[in-house]
Parts: sequence; C-alpha cells; structure tokens
Amino acid sequence: MSAYSITEPTRRSKWVAALLVTLYTVITLLPLVWIISTGFKSGQDSISYPPKVVFQPSLEGYVNLFTTRTRVSSDEFGNLPPPATWYDEIVRDQGMVIAGPSRFGERFLNSVIIGFGSTFLSIVLGTLAAYAFSRFKVPLKDDLLFFILSTRMMPPIAVAIPIFLMYRSLGLSDTHLGMILLYTAVNISLAVWLLKGFIDEIPREYEEAALIDGYTRFQAFRKVVLPQAATGIASTAIFCLIFAWNEYAFAVLLTSGTAQTAPPFIPTIIGVGGQDWPAVAAGATIFLLPVMIFTILLRKHLLRGITFGAVRK
Amino acid sequence: MAEVSLVGLTKSYGTNRALADVSMTIPDGAFVVLLGPTGAGKTTTLRLIAGLDRPDAGDIRIAGAPVTADTPAQRDVAMVFQQYSLYPHLTVRENLAFPLRSPVLNWPEAEITRKVGEVAEVLRIAHKLDNKATQLSGGEMQRVSIGRALVRNPRIYLMDEPLSSLDAKLRADLRIELKRIHAELGATFLYVTHDQIEAMTMATHVGVLDAGRLVQFGTPREIYENPVSAYVASRLGQPRINLLPADAFGPAPAGAVQIGLRPEHVRIGEGQPATVRRVERLGDQTRLHLTMGPHEIVTLTDPHTALAAGAQISIRPDTPLWFDASGNRT
Ligand SMILES: Nc1ncnc2c1ncn2[C@@H]1O[C@H](COP(=O)(O)OP(=O)(O)OP(=O)(O)O)[C@@H](O)[C@H]1O
Ligand SMILES: [Mg+2]
Repeated sequence: MSAYSITEPTRRSKWVAALLVTLYTVITLLPLVWIISTGFKSGQDSISYPPKVVFQPSLEGYVNLFTTRTRVSSDEFGNLPPPATWYDEIVRDQGMVIAGPSRFGERFLNSVIIGFGSTFLSIVLGTLAAYAFSRFKVPLKDDLLFFILSTRMMPPIAVAIPIFLMYRSLGLSDTHLGMILLYTAVNISLAVWLLKGFIDEIPREYEEAALIDGYTRFQAFRKVVLPQAATGIASTAIFCLIFAWNEYAFAVLLTSGTAQTAPPFIPTIIGVGGQDWPAVAAGATIFLLPVMIFTILLRKHLLRGITFGAVRK
Repeated sequence: MAEVSLVGLTKSYGTNRALADVSMTIPDGAFVVLLGPTGAGKTTTLRLIAGLDRPDAGDIRIAGAPVTADTPAQRDVAMVFQQYSLYPHLTVRENLAFPLRSPVLNWPEAEITRKVGEVAEVLRIAHKLDNKATQLSGGEMQRVSIGRALVRNPRIYLMDEPLSSLDAKLRADLRIELKRIHAELGATFLYVTHDQIEAMTMATHVGVLDAGRLVQFGTPREIYENPVSAYVASRLGQPRINLLPADAFGPAPAGAVQIGLRPEHVRIGEGQPATVRRVERLGDQTRLHLTMGPHEIVTLTDPHTALAAGAQISIRPDTPLWFDASGNRT
C-alpha cells in the first residue's frame, strides 16, 4: 500500500496518533484480558481481593465448563480408585467427582449452526436483493427499500410476544430453523442496505462487457460482480454474524432445550455448585473465538469494507 | 461480417432524448466512424446495437434479421467501452482470455494462450500480461480493452473512442493495425472518435450526429467536400472551416446567409485585402491567421513562406460552400 494523502502527517501528529491508538487498545482489551485470565484461575484466585495479576494457571474453569460434577461424602471419597485422567484429578482436587459432560458443547454447536446459518442466509438473500435493487427497475423501489430499512427502526425485541406466539403455533419454537429464520429476518435489512451501497459502486460497464462477451446475466453476476463485491460481502457478513452470535433476548425467550445457543447458557453455569467464575470466564473465552477467527480471516477485506469504499486502491 | 441497419431508432433517458429517429444502413464490412460533439448520442448508438439498452422505438437488424429481442451475447458483437471495462480483479491475461472462456465460445486453454499472446503482441502489451488490470496506465488499459474485442471474431466490432488516451505514435501505429485487422477480417466496424485523422483515414463511411439526430451519412470524402450543413462542415477539417457572413467577399447567391471557406478555399494573391496576424508553424502544416475587416480567417500556406505577422495580402474565395439561415447548404 502506498500513501493515499499528498500531505504526509508530521512526526508529532504521528506520535500523538500512536499514543491515542495504544491507549484505546489497552482500554478495549482490558475486559478481554480479564475474562481470558479469569478462565485460567482457580476458584479461589478468581475472587481474591485485590485481584491477582500473577497466579498459578489452572484448567479448573475449562474442566468445570465441560463437565457436571457431584460432591461425595468423605468416606466414599477415600474409597474411590485413583483418578484416571488429568481432568478427573482436577475435579477430585475440588472434592468432587465427574458426573457427566455438561451441555456447553451442544450449546456452542447450536450457536455455530444458528450464527453461521443465519449469516449465510442473510448474505445470500441480501446480495441477490441488493443486486436487483441496484441494477433493475424494481417497481416502488424506494418504498420497498424504505420498508426494508423500517424493520430496523424499533428494537426487534419489541415484537417478542407476537413472534413468540407465532413461533409456537408454527412449531418453530426451540428449533434451529426458527432461530436461523429469526436472525436472518433481523439481519437482512442491514445486509440489503450495506450490500446495495457496495454493488452501486461497481460500474455497470463491467457486467455489460461480460454480457457482450457471451456470458449470461447470472454468470456475469458471479464472475464479475461477486468478486468485486467481496469486500462488502465480507464486512456485511461480520456484522450479521456478530449480531446473531451475541443475541441474547430472543434466545432466552424462544429456546430452552434443543436449539439453545451459548449466550443464555453461559449465565446458567453460575448456579452449578456455587459461583464458578472461572467456568463462566472459560465459556466466554471459547464463545469469543469463532467471531474472532472469522474476523481475522476476513480482515484483509474489512479495512476497505468498513470505510465504505473511501479507501480505494 | 454482417450488414447492420438501424431504422428509426429513438431512445430517451428520462426526459432527455439521446437519440431521435436515427436510420442508417451500414454495409457488410464497412468501417463506420461516428462523429459528433459530446452528448450527441454516439455511445447510445453503440449500446443499442450491442443490446445493452433497448430502443424506445425503431428496429435494429443485423444481417437482415431483427435483433431487438436478442441478448447481447446472441448478437455476436464485441465492444470496446469508452471507460471501465477491464475487470479489476483479473490480470491482463485473464482479462484477454475472458471472452474466450465464455460459455458460447469456451475455447480449449491451449488455443486461448495462443490467441491471447498473439493479440498482446499486436497491441504491444505482451510484457504486461501478468499485471493486475489496476496496475496499468490509462493507455495500457485502453489497449487491453481493444484486445478483449480483438481476441474474438464477432460479426460486428463496436469501439467507443478506443485510442483516445494513447500517445501520438502509438495511436498512429494502432490506427494502422486496426485498419489492417479490418481489412483482414472483413468484419463490420462502428467506431467513435473525435480525432479527425482517424475519421478520415480509417472510415469507409462517416455518420455525423447532432443532438441525437443523424445529420449526414456518407463517405469521408462526401462529408468533407459536400457537407449538408455548416454543422457537418465544421465537424471535419483541421483547421476548421471558416464561417463568415455570406456577403464578406461581395454578392452572394440568393438565400445564402453564410459562406464556408475551408483553408484550401482561400486563394492568396488577389481579391480582398487582409492582414496576417500570426504564422503558426506546426511542422507538417503552416497556418496563417488573417483578419479581413472584422472577420478572422485561418488558412494554410507553404511551409517555407516568407510571410510574417503584419504582412498585407489579398485573398479571395475559391469554390466556397454556401449555407442558408438554418445552416443548411443552399
Ligand atoms: N444512462 C443514462 N442516463 C441518463 N442519460 C443518459 C444516459 N446515458 C446517456 N445519457 C444522455 O444521453 C445523451 C447522449 O449520450 P451519449 O453517451 O450517447 O453521448 P456521446 O455522443 O457518447 O458523448 P461523448 O462524446 O461525451 O461520449 C447525453 O445527453 C447523455 O447525457
Ligand atoms: Mg460516449
């Protein structure tokens, strides 16, 4: 990348900028560091005051996150065979034995299915709709676009009761499909608007050239428009994923058994056997990873995407 | 290789009429140059023929068959756009191969490689084949655009100012190259340019557009020597035709309001007195800027002329063109 501006910033302003960015980074990263480190603390260390910065790392939180445990009486405890695995041993050290796996794995998988499923659906539908709005004469185009945007003018949770009733009678409550459709419905307006902006910026001549070169409109869309809209699609996908991934209220309301996602599950860990902060922190840490990885994978596109085409090569 | 006929083509964008009732018949194998000032409807004409826009009224026939309902791909034309037609996400090589990989052609890779190499050679871009399309200069992009049209062998080539951002030498070379390709393939060309030399040397036919109307269609010679109006006369010729009141040199034919004098229509040595204001030596031509009373006249003279600013000469018109009040030939 070369410099975009004619006037190179002065040394001093670069220093000030660097300082501000560093400060901001530290402030935003602090809660993350806190969560990640708490995940590796023992139960004792996690609630010690003043908080321990240096501590003996422990996998207790992670083991507790993935297991359910029972307390056994001290006579029985003595009669147990020696712990078979390293995680058995960690649980024994807390004076308990493993009763079985926890539901975190399942919940996490639900989050992945629902989060990525709805992101995928929002992007597919959003790209097609945005392309149509951008390129074709759609009757009542402006009204339709306004209508699509207007679905975001109130907080989605305001329609929770109707959705709850509707889902119950349609049999969509507590299903993966139901949650995917719901998050897609919320995300699609954002997706259409963002993507329309990106597609509007791609000159029509590119597709027209492809049409003349013997491609059909759909092939031209796939070979010419899509690659150039990649940046926009990537950043829109991240926005959609972040919403669907973090959504809490609908997940609490509409899921309980089969389709429950991780956000409503993580707080329930607190109740199991006292206030198990390391397990909560471990859950939050693992929960952060997919969005983080997704964002890092797409970050090349992201810079140009989020500035909405302002930085162009 | 096809005759193209346009019948009563009309196209408006909103309330803006881009083309009004344009009819022309382009013979098979013709090289038609469209001339006209900016906004005259040249690009619109090409887009309608290519099938990128639909006419509001009128008919387009290629090789006798109406094509108005056909898609661009079915019409078998190639087009060089005025701007933006290289795919920025592809390399030069991929850009050139793009038309050959289309479902209608779908050439084998070996053939594609050969053809792309050949066209790149002709256009002098062989050394840039592996560059991204965005890493090219304006002139290189333009040559790749031409190349994208030349790799195919369509019935009709549509070119919208294809040489406009090239330097003089390259432009002259490519002019000859395009002309050679035209002669070799025998394909029909429609070519938009603002360049006088391109129009005169390449065209078999010239169409002059004015505000969406076709005002004259004919051979370059006809257009130059026998323009139907003052407007057409001023489209061709460097320096431009001198337009003066009809009576500037004395009595004029009935109905004539303007006299049109091409530089070669000005005879030096007798007639009205005129003053040399400036002598412009351009290398291949030497222009004389004259004033004759209130009028300014530009003419050409011998490169080794002894005339200098301030010289007094006499001039008279020789076979001038006469135009009436609405600018038409009388
Ligand atoms: N997509 C469009 N929407 C609205 N008006 C248009 C559109 N395309 C062309 N026009 C108008 O139609 C008229 C003819 O345009 P056209 O592009 O054919 O001109 P041109 O002769 O190619 O000019 P230039 O030499 O500047 O390229 C112009 O007045 C232009 O503003
Ligand atoms: Mg044009």
